[in-house]
Amino acid sequence: MKATLALPSDDKRWRMVNATMRRHGYSSSALIEALHTVQQAFGYLDETALQYVAKSLRVPLSRVYGVATFYNHFMMKPGGTHTCVVCLGTACYIKGSPQILETLEKRLAIRKGQTTPDGKLSLMVAHCVGMCWLAPVVMLDDDVQAEATPAQAATKIQEWVSK
Amino acid sequence: MSGVVTLKINGIDVGAQENETILDVARENDIFIPTLCYLEGLSRIGACRLCLVEVKGISKLLPACATTVAEGMEVFTDTDRLRKYRRLIVEMLFTEGNHVCSVCVANGHCELQTLAQQHEIDYVSLPYLYPQRTVDASHERFVFDHNRCVLCTRCVRVCDEVEGAHTWDIRGRGIESGVITDLNQPWGTSVTCTSCGKCVQACPTGALFMKGKSVGEMVHSPSFLTFLAQMREAKK
Amino acid sequence: MTTKLPQSQLPEEEILRVAEQEQEEKSQYQRHIYVCMGAACLAAGSATVKDSLSEVVDQNGFAGRCAVHGGGCRGLCAEGPTVTIEPDDVLYGKITPQDAPDIIKNLGKKRPLERLHRPTDRPFFLRQQRIVLELAGKVNSERIEDYIASGGYKSLLKAVHEMSPVEVINEITRSGLRGRGGAGYSTGLKWRTVAKADGHPKYVICNGDEGDPGAFMDRSVMDDYPFRLLEGITIAAYAVGAEQGYVYIRAEYPLSVRRVQNAIRQAQRLNLLGNQIAGTAFNFDVQVRVGAGAFVCGEETALIASIEGKRGQPRPRPPYPATAGLWGKPTLINNVETFANIPAIIRNGADWFASIGTEKSKGTKVFALTGNINHSGLIEVPMGITLREIIYDIGGGIPNGKRFKAAQTGGPSGGCIPEEHLDISMDYESLAGIGSIMGSGGLIVMDEDSCMVNVAKYFMEFCMTESCGKCIPCRVGTAQIYRILDNTTRGTATLSDLEQLEMLCDMVRHTSLCGLGQAAPNPVLSTLRFFRDEYLMHIVEKRCPAGVCHLHPEPALYNDTKESVR
Repeated sequence: MKATLALPSDDKRWRMVNATMRRHGYSSSALIEALHTVQQAFGYLDETALQYVAKSLRVPLSRVYGVATFYNHFMMKPGGTHTCVVCLGTACYIKGSPQILETLEKRLAIRKGQTTPDGKLSLMVAHCVGMCWLAPVVMLDDDVQAEATPAQAATKIQEWVSK
Repeated sequence: MSGVVTLKINGIDVGAQENETILDVARENDIFIPTLCYLEGLSRIGACRLCLVEVKGISKLLPACATTVAEGMEVFTDTDRLRKYRRLIVEMLFTEGNHVCSVCVANGHCELQTLAQQHEIDYVSLPYLYPQRTVDASHERFVFDHNRCVLCTRCVRVCDEVEGAHTWDIRGRGIESGVITDLNQPWGTSVTCTSCGKCVQACPTGALFMKGKSVGEMVHSPSFLTFLAQMREAKK
Repeated sequence: MTTKLPQSQLPEEEILRVAEQEQEEKSQYQRHIYVCMGAACLAAGSATVKDSLSEVVDQNGFAGRCAVHGGGCRGLCAEGPTVTIEPDDVLYGKITPQDAPDIIKNLGKKRPLERLHRPTDRPFFLRQQRIVLELAGKVNSERIEDYIASGGYKSLLKAVHEMSPVEVINEITRSGLRGRGGAGYSTGLKWRTVAKADGHPKYVICNGDEGDPGAFMDRSVMDDYPFRLLEGITIAAYAVGAEQGYVYIRAEYPLSVRRVQNAIRQAQRLNLLGNQIAGTAFNFDVQVRVGAGAFVCGEETALIASIEGKRGQPRPRPPYPATAGLWGKPTLINNVETFANIPAIIRNGADWFASIGTEKSKGTKVFALTGNINHSGLIEVPMGITLREIIYDIGGGIPNGKRFKAAQTGGPSGGCIPEEHLDISMDYESLAGIGSIMGSGGLIVMDEDSCMVNVAKYFMEFCMTESCGKCIPCRVGTAQIYRILDNTTRGTATLSDLEQLEMLCDMVRHTSLCGLGQAAPNPVLSTLRFFRDEYLMHIVEKRCPAGVCHLHPEPALYNDTKESVR
C-alpha cells in the first residue's frame, strides 16, 4: 500500500476523507467516492480538498477538477444555510414550476444555482425529486411544499429566511 | 500476425490488415475522409463525428477512425447524406465559438478553416451563440485563446498520452465545457506544465499558439507525433 | 476454486431453516402491520406513523399478537403514508399518527375503518399484474429473513444447485425477457455474449441511475425489494461467470443506497453473497457505487467510466461492454427492473413468463404514472395493455373534467402519444412505431392545458444541460435546437426556423455518439408529428393555444443558453 499523505489540517473531517480513500486502497477509481465524502464532510469542494484528493489518489489535478465539475452533485462553492429546491421534473413543469422559479428568482434577486448575498439561502433546481403526485413541488431543506403556487412558495420562503 | 481482409470503399476494392480502421485504410488508398478530433499517434475517441461513414447493411453511421474493417465490408465515405451532416457539424463549430479568421494567427493554416472550404461553407445558416470566453496569455511562451477552441481534446490527449503531464482536462459538461489547466488556473501558474509545446503543435485551430505570432503566422506541425508513436511502439 | 465446504458456511438447509424460523416467529402474531417505508410515504411522514403504531400496540397489550414492520410500496404514492394489514390484506391511506389507536382498535373486526380504507378491489389494483412488485408492501425491506420466509432466494438456490449456467441463460432467453432500461435488447442474448466472452474477471453491473424526470420505478425496487434485486444480480453473475458486481445508484436516492447496502451486508451474513455461495463453488460479491448527478451515466459506457472514477463520458461502441467493459473486461449491464424479473422467471419457468404480454414483448412493465391524472403512482401492467386502459381504468382518468391531450413515455428520449393513439398496445415495437419508446417507465399524462411546444422545449433544455459535451452534434446541436424552441415559445421564430429545426433534429439523431444525443430529438420530432399545428400557431399566429407561453414577437434580449447551468 502507498504511503498516506499528511492530512491538510487538524480538522477531523479529513480523517473521514482519508478513510474513504483507504477503504478503496487509494485507487484512482475511488475519486468520485472521495469527492462524495469531502462534500458530505465540508459541504463543498475547495482547492485544498481537490489538491489533497488528487495527491492521495495520484490523479492529475486537472482530472480531479474535470470530474468535480462534470457531476451536478458536487458544489464548488459553499451553499447557503438553507436550500430551496424547485423541482423541474416533467410533472412539476407542466403543472407550473417554471413560474414558481421565476417568482422566487425575482423575489430573492438571485438566479437558480446561486446563494443570497447574506449566505442564508441557496436557490436550486432539480430534475425530478420523485414526488410527482404532489406537483408542483418545492423543497425547503427537508420540508416538502406540495402543490405550491408561486405566491405561496415566495411567502413561505420569506417566513423561513427571516427566522 | 493479423490476417488480411478485402473490402470496398466507394466501390473500389481495397486490401487491409484485419486490425486496421476504416480511416487507416482509406488514407492508405488516398480516399479522403474529413477528421478533426483524430490525430495520428493519439487515442481515437470518435467525438467529432466528421469521419462518420455509411456501411452497407448497418443502419447506424460509423466513425471511420474507431471502426475496424471486416471482410466484405462495403463502405461509403462521400454520400449526399454524409456531406449534409458534415456541413452542418462544421457550421455548428463556427457558431459555438468566436471564430474570426481575418484576425486569427492560424489563418490559412487552420483545420477548421480547411474543413469549411472542403464543405463549401461560404456562410453559416445557424445563428452564432457568441459565448463569453477568455484568452489565457499567462504562459511565458504560449497563449490559449478559448474563443477559437473546438474542444477536440487533442491538447488534452497529447499532454496525457505522449508528454505524460496531464496538465489539461475538460471542465463542466455540454455546451458549458471548456479546456482547463490543472485546477482551472492560469496556464502560467501551472505546476504540471513542462512547457514542451506539444499541445500547441497538436491544436487544429488558432486556439493554442506561440507568443509573438501575428495573423496567419502560426503553422502547427503535429507530424512529430507520428515519429514519437512509432518509436514508442518499437520500444515495447 | 474449490468445492470443499468449510464448516462456517451455511448450506442450503440452513437457509431453509432461517425461512422456517422466521415463519414460525411470524405465526405467533395474529396481525402484521406493514407501514410503507418507500421514499414517497417517508416524505409524507410514514416513519412517525410507524412509531405511533408501535407505541399503541405496546401500550394496549397487543405486543404479543400484533407486529409492526417497515414495508414496501403498494403503488398508491399519492395516498401516502399507506399501511397494509396482513393477513386481511387491508390497505389504509393518508394516515396520520393520530389514526394509530383507531387502526389498532379495529384489528380483527370484519369491516375496515371506513375513513382510511383504500379498497384493493378497484381497477387500480385489479388491472395490474405484479411480477417485479409481487410482494409489494408485504415484506420487510430491511430484513433478509422476512424476504426468505416469503419465498425469497429459492430461485438462487435452484439456479446454483439444480441448473448449469448455460441452463440459466437458456431459461432467460426462452422467457423472452428484454432489457427494461429502455432499449429492449434481449436479456438472454446479452448474458450469453458475456458468458462466452474471453477475459477474466467478469463483472456484473446493475444500472440504478434512474435519471428520467418523472420516473421512480427503480427507486421503488431498490428501496422496497433490495433483496429481490440482489437475488437477480447474483443469479446473473452465476450465469455469466462474474465474481464482482456493482450496483450504481444515483446520488439523489440516498435511501436506496442505504437499503441496498444493508441488503448486501445481510446477504453476506447468510452467505448468499461472498465465497462459496450456499455451499457451492460459486463466489460473488457486490459493492454499491453512488452516482453524482449526471443523466448521461445511464448510458452503459458512461456508467462504466463513472465507476472507474472518471468523467461520465460515453465512448464509441463496438467494442460493447459485454466483451470490453469495466477495466476492459467482459461486463454485463442490466437495469434494476430487469434484474428484479429474474427470480420470478427462474422460479416459475420461462413458459410462464412468456405467456404474459405480447408476442415480442413478454412479461410486465412498471410505470410511474404521473401528471394530470387522478391516481398517480407506481403501477405494474402486462405488456400489450392499451394506453387507454392505463389512463382511464387504472389511473381513473383526467382530473377536473379536462380533456386528455397526450401521454409522454420514455422521458427526454421518448415521445408524446396523442389522443388518436390512445388504443396503442404498450409494447416496445408499437411505441417505437409511433416515434416514442418504452423507456424506463415514466408515463406522464398531459391535459388540454399543456403546450406541446413548451414540453418539447422542456426536454431539449434537459438534454442540453445533461449533454456530456464530448461529441459536437449533441453538444452544439441540442443548444441550437433549444434556441429555436425557446424562440418559438417567445414568438420570435419564423417558418424557416421550423425547417432548420427539422434539419438539426435529423442530424443530431443520426450523428451523435451515444444514446442521449441520438434520442434527444425524439420529443421534438414526435410533437412535430402529432402537434405540428401548435408549432405553426406559435410561429404564424404568435399564439399559444394552451395559453402557457407568453409570446412577445420581439427578439430576446439575451440568450438563455449562455446562462450557467450550475
